[in-house]
Amino acid sequence: MTSSSGYISSTPALEPNPTAGPVLEVEDLHVEFRTRNGVVNAVNGISYSVDQGETLAILGESGSGKSVSAQAIMGILDSPPAVIAGGGINFQGRDILKMNEEEQRQIRGPGIAMIFQDALSALNPVYSVGFQIGEMFRAHRGTSRKEAKQHAIELMDRVRIPAAARRVNDYPHQFSGGMRQRVMIAMALALDPRILIADEPTTALDVTVQAQVMDLLKDLQRDTGMGLILITHDLGVVNEVADRVAVMYAGRIVETGTVDDVFTRPAMPYTVGLMNSIPQVEAKGGRLQPIIGQPPNLARIPSGCPFHPRCPMARTGAAAAPDRDCVADLPPLRVVTVGREAACHYSEELLNG
Amino acid sequence: MGRYVARRLLLTIPVLIGASFLIFAMVYALPGDPIRALAGDRPLSPAVAAQLRAQFNLGDPLLVQYAKYLGNLTHLDLGTDFHNRPVLEIISDRLPVTAKLTLVAVFFEAVIGLVAGVFAGIRRNGYFDNLVLVSTTLIISIPILVLAFLSQYIFGLKLGWFPIAGITEGWYSYLLPGLVLASGSLAYVARLTRTSVAENMRADYVRTARAKGLPHRTVIMRHTLRNSLIPVVTFIGADIGALLGGAIVTEAVFNIPGIGRAVFDAVRGQEGAVVVGIVTLMVFFFIFFNLVVDVLYAVLDPRIRYD
Repeated sequence: MTSSSGYISSTPALEPNPTAGPVLEVEDLHVEFRTRNGVVNAVNGISYSVDQGETLAILGESGSGKSVSAQAIMGILDSPPAVIAGGGINFQGRDILKMNEEEQRQIRGPGIAMIFQDALSALNPVYSVGFQIGEMFRAHRGTSRKEAKQHAIELMDRVRIPAAARRVNDYPHQFSGGMRQRVMIAMALALDPRILIADEPTTALDVTVQAQVMDLLKDLQRDTGMGLILITHDLGVVNEVADRVAVMYAGRIVETGTVDDVFTRPAMPYTVGLMNSIPQVEAKGGRLQPIIGQPPNLARIPSGCPFHPRCPMARTGAAAAPDRDCVADLPPLRVVTVGREAACHYSEELLNG
Repeated sequence: MGRYVARRLLLTIPVLIGASFLIFAMVYALPGDPIRALAGDRPLSPAVAAQLRAQFNLGDPLLVQYAKYLGNLTHLDLGTDFHNRPVLEIISDRLPVTAKLTLVAVFFEAVIGLVAGVFAGIRRNGYFDNLVLVSTTLIISIPILVLAFLSQYIFGLKLGWFPIAGITEGWYSYLLPGLVLASGSLAYVARLTRTSVAENMRADYVRTARAKGLPHRTVIMRHTLRNSLIPVVTFIGADIGALLGGAIVTEAVFNIPGIGRAVFDAVRGQEGAVVVGIVTLMVFFFIFFNLVVDVLYAVLDPRIRYD
């Protein structure tokens, strides 16, 4: 179907010796969906960075913009309707958004790779897993079909798929859910990416397999030194594997910090609500405390702090401090203590009280 | 797979027997006397009429006629028409003509329909997509009879690009009738491909393919197209079976001596043996190409396995 000449590329967009500093820096990224019914503001100015070997967890409920921001980094947004309305994505010091399409393509795979939530639908049902893993080598390194398959077997071994050599020609539907996710991981890791984005990698798996897959990811990260962006709403997973966490709400980052800090002393009422909604072994038999209300409609994000309609601490009018009216003034993401940022007018009260 | 194909082929035997009986019964039930019709205005002596009736078993009850027909079939005798021309000879005379017409039609259908559908599907709601939408709607809504006469008038008579009728100029004379015959299916293939491609463009595995940094062409050709072809192959396969059954209107307008014309003439003349022979053959083709489609499924989609 395709001649081999279409595959040869030397990936000049990838620097052999990355400059010091974070591997990936997202700066003030805005993504909007321009639909017939108006503009949906999915991501509204998020900034974060990931260092080599670091794990950043991005936490948030459905529709908070965590997956959309990852897709923006990968350049796989469905556009139209999605449009990157502003900001920058620096990979090894160069802004991906300013690169041409071919340079962007060369970063996908060897530079930044991604694994998806549902491996069954994310793998093409009509090609063998070995072929799909091998495609990475063929597309980026011009490897022959036969050699690519050999690489695929090695990778399947590396992600601990039993009898890899025998299973390389099997199709995705012939694997169990956990094994399929391993195939996805093998494919993403094929070219030793500097950054791996894992978009809810364990959500579709059952609990015992979840732990195995997370352990595997952790081991592979230790071996390769890649930065890991873990997108999830599973607080347990975050607690176990992440170094830092960024909490997203309505397309904004509302709190960042180390996992220990954020989990033990949240500086934003939304994070407090998230922590309260974790089932606790000690509180067995009691009721869980949900966050009341609905996530905001991204086409009509509330004024001021987007969380104010659901916030138990929200203050407005006479009760609010000057310029810190939760209904009128959007709280900026600001440093609240060393190494921590939160977007709440009253973080200090939460931290100190 | 081999066993599956063998089983399916064996299953066609009862279907063909049933179909041929139904057709036989329908011809039997036609009003009017075929021998009188054969004679036309000329007087027919009762002796000759009786002799003809006996020769073609027209006096027997339906079941006896059918049993005699099946009996002859065992030594590959499909009977004759009223002019003593063997049905087998009629078929071998007419079938190549229809086969050529079908081949040309399917070629247009597949090539033009697929290409138009793929480009429309890749850029959904774009300019080309709308062009395909409007033109295919137009083609589907015009009856083939009008389309046939119109194209014959414009391209055959006025512009003189193609022969007006007949098959005297070899393959070239099949182009215009083939295109007319294909038009409806062509439009349908384009629409089907367009929808299928557009749907697959949003599939998760296409997103994965882009995230892998595959070149755009590979994403489309390898990860979108093959998955989109499955419903299209089904349609084209079934359509080959239908087209081989002859296109009565197209063959009539362009004066092409194919199977469709033969069966039409035979029904008018109540030539039972001819109708049954040809229509049963059509049924066989239809079943056969459906089997081909089912086998192709397994080739295109490894999730489908027989046996």
